[in-house]
Amino acid sequence: MLEKQSNVKAWLYLLPALALLSVFTFYPLFNAFLLAFLKDYVYGSATGFVFMDNFKNVIADPNFNQAVKNTSIIVFVSVPISVTVALMISVLLNSIKKFQGLLQTIFFLPYVTNAIAIGMAFAFLFNYEYGLLNLMLSWVMIDAIDWLGSWETGMVSLLIYTVWGGLAFKIMVFLSGLQSIDKQYYDAARVDSTPKYRVFTRITVPLLSPMIAYITITSFIGSFKAYRTIVGLFGPTVLPAGTLPDESFITIVGLIYESLSKSDTPGMVSEAAAASILLFITTLAFTIVNMWVSKKRVHF
Amino acid sequence: MEIKLQDLTKIFQAKDKTETVAVKSLDITIPSGKLIGLLGPSGCGKSTTLYMIAGLLKPNNGRIFFGDEDVTDMAPEDRGIGLVFQNYALYPHMSVQQNIMFPLENIKVPKDEALVRAQEMADLVGIGDLMSRKPKQLSGGQQQRVAIARALVKKPRVLLLDEPLSNLDARLRLQTREEIKRIQRETGITTIFVTHDQEEAMSISDQIVLMELGEKRQIGEPQDVYDFPNNLFVARFLGTPPINMYDGVISKKKILLNGKAIGTTKGADGEVFVGIRPEGYIIDKDGPLELTVYMVETIGRDTALIIKVPNNDNKTFRVIVDASERIKPGEIVKMKIKPKKMFVFNKETGELIN
Repeated sequence: MLEKQSNVKAWLYLLPALALLSVFTFYPLFNAFLLAFLKDYVYGSATGFVFMDNFKNVIADPNFNQAVKNTSIIVFVSVPISVTVALMISVLLNSIKKFQGLLQTIFFLPYVTNAIAIGMAFAFLFNYEYGLLNLMLSWVMIDAIDWLGSWETGMVSLLIYTVWGGLAFKIMVFLSGLQSIDKQYYDAARVDSTPKYRVFTRITVPLLSPMIAYITITSFIGSFKAYRTIVGLFGPTVLPAGTLPDESFITIVGLIYESLSKSDTPGMVSEAAAASILLFITTLAFTIVNMWVSKKRVHF
Repeated sequence: MEIKLQDLTKIFQAKDKTETVAVKSLDITIPSGKLIGLLGPSGCGKSTTLYMIAGLLKPNNGRIFFGDEDVTDMAPEDRGIGLVFQNYALYPHMSVQQNIMFPLENIKVPKDEALVRAQEMADLVGIGDLMSRKPKQLSGGQQQRVAIARALVKKPRVLLLDEPLSNLDARLRLQTREEIKRIQRETGITTIFVTHDQEEAMSISDQIVLMELGEKRQIGEPQDVYDFPNNLFVARFLGTPPINMYDGVISKKKILLNGKAIGTTKGADGEVFVGIRPEGYIIDKDGPLELTVYMVETIGRDTALIIKVPNNDNKTFRVIVDASERIKPGEIVKMKIKPKKMFVFNKETGELIN
């Protein structure tokens, strides 16, 4: 009796949140799944159901390969680099006493700055004629590079920018994790003459592993959805100036937006829905693998 | 390994530049192969002293010698010490075996040898069958043993233990302190341990060092320190139930309590503190003291009488008498004092008066 009553109360407390979630999360989610299986959907009406046609259309899209390629590079290059770099910086920051607060603030600044604004600042940094980067190269007698002019150099610029932009949050999480590790472990390690690299690999990393796993998984998910960073750096057309369409920086999310922008053409909204489901399934599968791996390696 | 502390001083400076003298000009010589208890109330500088011996804290002044070797400026890893932390500091992600082997891996002992030595050490401390467990799966006492094994496995010159028993429950504490004594005897390693528990220190130490306010108050064998306390602090700190302290007077070589002579002394006339151990009272029809028993606590082995201090109803003191004395509350008993259980202290300096 008592249990039943408290159950009712619990649901009552959850009701406001559930109502909002239903309207803004569950319904759109369900709708996206529905849309992906509609035939020639346009302006709220469809001519029937299809099974795989919308998915086939996504894959046949001339931009699909490029989007997969770009997204994969961003995911598999920027995430490992940024997690490693953030870990190094956090460990260094944690080991210094002077200016720790100041440096912490500096490293955290990108987090509170708008991605588009940072993108524009980076675009200027990488600018062929006036960019700071090329200016610095000229000091050491290296010819100016058109950083944003081609897909190759543009991708390098994009990766630098993505890594840098992602550092702030990672450093913050790692630092708070490092600061919560009992100092006695390090004293014990010192007394037992543990070399510095072994302190890092055998004590710091394992004790920080829950944070590392969390950051890695969320970063992978985040970079699968990369879009803002690209618009910030290359503008809404996501094309480096004066290059061919197959050198574009379109990503999966970019593809979804592109399909959506043609919503007056029958079937395009369904294609966007199909693409987002593909992205969802990929991310989900990847996260499951990630969690399965981390279960073996993470010490909680 | 004999350990000598010379004029050792540690001053901590807070952010607002206020200084705290944690350890003040400490001179101690710790004989080789003995078990030494650093004893004192919290904040007396005993742990600070231990960490200076370990090398984790740097003294502001003074020297530390291991044998003839001056180790004051040596890094902790070069001193050859084993340290057991109060919370054990076992690496939670490593198994018992990995924890014990960790110090050996650091000094590049071959794996086969490290495995054998880790097993030997684990057997010595009695956890040989728990090697694959994680620290979380062990009881407090078992964790304690793992920590001792980890500290001993690299064959240190000195074993240091910081409050080794404080995290254990009462029963385990008794068992573990015997265990520490046994391990120390079997290995013959010079061992220093820090504790605030006088019973713990007295029961297993070969020698105890009593500290107060960063200074050494007395050093010696537990029984000697108990029987011949140098000063008020030592007399008060040792013994359960604690020593009874009274305001007394010396007059013509006689110790007077409430105007009644209870003993003799060589001290000069004047006001003094008189300390009497609870077991220092003898029920005697001709005794000088006439006391009214307020409450009786039966322990079984002996009996504690709680008596109100005459002329001061708020204060009581304890007297331990033989259980065969069947005394009831309210009874008036006459007592005399065992001279060896009575100490007279200077009121200003707290020093012992013979």
